[in-house]
Amino acid sequence: MNQHTVKAFDNDIGQLRGLVAQMGGLAEEAIVKAMQALGRADLSLAEEVRAGDAAIDRLEAEVERLAVRVIALRAPLANDLREVVAAMKIASVVERIADYAKNIARRIPQIEGEHRIEPVSILPAMGRMAGEMVRHALDAFGARDADAALAVLDSDRALDDFYDSIFRTLVTYMVENPATISQVAHLLFVAKNLERIGDHATNVAEMVYFAATGIQIADRGGKERN
Amino acid sequence: MTAGTKMTVRDVSVWYGAKPALSNVSLDIEREEVIALIGPSGCGKSTLLRTLNRLNDSVAGARVQGLVTLDGEDVYAPATDPVALRARVGMVFQAPNPFPKTIRENVAYGLRIHGLARGRADLDAQVERALTRAGLWAEVRDRLGDPALSLSGGQQQRLCIARALAVEPEVILMDEPCSALDPIGTARIEELIGDLRGRYAICIVTHNMQQAARVSQRTAFFDAGRLIEYGATSELFTNPRETRTRDYITGRYG
Repeated sequence: MNQHTVKAFDNDIGQLRGLVAQMGGLAEEAIVKAMQALGRADLSLAEEVRAGDAAIDRLEAEVERLAVRVIALRAPLANDLREVVAAMKIASVVERIADYAKNIARRIPQIEGEHRIEPVSILPAMGRMAGEMVRHALDAFGARDADAALAVLDSDRALDDFYDSIFRTLVTYMVENPATISQVAHLLFVAKNLERIGDHATNVAEMVYFAATGIQIADRGGKERN
Repeated sequence: MTAGTKMTVRDVSVWYGAKPALSNVSLDIEREEVIALIGPSGCGKSTLLRTLNRLNDSVAGARVQGLVTLDGEDVYAPATDPVALRARVGMVFQAPNPFPKTIRENVAYGLRIHGLARGRADLDAQVERALTRAGLWAEVRDRLGDPALSLSGGQQQRLCIARALAVEPEVILMDEPCSALDPIGTARIEELIGDLRGRYAICIVTHNMQQAARVSQRTAFFDAGRLIEYGATSELFTNPRETRTRDYITGRYG
C-alpha cells in the first residue's frame, strides 16, 4: 500500500500496530508461563504472571490514547479507519486474554501441595494451542492477512474439542475419587479459561478479517471456506 | 431512470477548448438524496456540477457531449431555456456572493425576475418562507432592510441558499459551500442540508471528506475527468471498491 502524504500518519499507524503486537506477545507469554507454572507447581513463575498483567494494562491504555489521537488528528477513513478501530478493540480483547492467564496463575497456589492428577500434564498442551491461537490472530493483524485470520477460526473448533475432552476426563476423576474434587474444580476453571482465551482469539481474528477486507466475517457469504 | 431519479447523466464528456475536463460520465441524481462529488482539484467534479444547470454555456470554448436530463427531459435540447432551467436547478457557490442590496432584495430578486410573486404581501411571504427554510429568518427578521453584506460569512451563505430556494428549485447544486466558512457556519450549513433533503435533490461538491460523509447518502469519486466510483456514502468511506478511491480518501493520493 502507498504511503500517506502526511508521513506522521504512517508513523502513528505503525506505532499503533506495534503496541498491539507487543500486547499480543506479552499475553501469549503470560499464557505459556501460567501453564508452565501449573505443570511445575512453580509459585514464583505464577507470581511473575500475576505481576506482569499491569504492563499489559498499561499498553492497552496507551493503545486507546493513541487511537483516539489518530482519530482526532487524522480523521482516518476506509481501511485506515477500520484498522484504528480494530487496534482499539483488539487491545481490549487482548487485555481480557491476559486476565485469563492471570486467573490461571492465581489458582496455582491453591492447588499447591496436592498430589497432581494426570490431566495436569495435558492441560499445558491445551494452553499451547490457546497461546498459538492468540499469536496467529495477532500475526494476522500484523500482516493484514484475512486468510490467516480465517485459519484461527478453524483452530477454535479444535480447542473446543480439547476442552470437551478434558472436561469429561476431569469429571470422571471427581466421580472416581472425591478427594480430588477441590483440585479438579480448579483445573476445570483453568480449562474453561483456556477455552475462553480461544474464543477471544477468534474474536480478534474476526476483527482482523473486517479490518483487512471491510467485510464482516458473518457476511462473507460466497467467500465461505469449507 | 427509476421513479426516484431526478436527473440523469449519460456518457457526458466536457471539453474546455481542446482540453477534456470530463470523460464519459454516467450517473443518476435521486430525488430525495444528497449526492457528494469528491476528488482532487481538476478532477472534473465542479465541471459536472456546472454541466447540470448549463453554467458552462457562458464559458467560451466549452463543449458538452452526451445526455443530461431533468425529469426525463433533455437539459441541452434547443427548446430548453437556460434561465428557466437554472431556476429549477439552483446553484450555491463557494464564496458567499450576495448582491450588494438589502437582505430582502437578495431573496426577492429571483422571485421578481421569474414573475413568481403576486403583490407585495405574497412577495414578503415567499421571502420569509425561503429565509426560514435556509435557517436564517430568526436572525434577520428585524433587519430585512440592512445590506446583505453586513451579515457574517455564514449568514451570507445561508442568504445565498435562501435566494436559491426562493424560486422553488427542484435541484440544488452546491460548489464547496462551506470552504469560506468557520466551523460554526459550516455546521449550520450541514444541518441545513439535512433539513432540505427530501424536499430538493441536492448535489454538493466538497473537498472535505468528513463533510461528504456527514451530509450525503451517495458519493461519487472523480479523478482526471473520469468517474472512478459511485455508491452509498457509508460504503465508499469505509470500504471503497477501487484502489484509487481508497488512496484518495485515506490521504495516500499521488
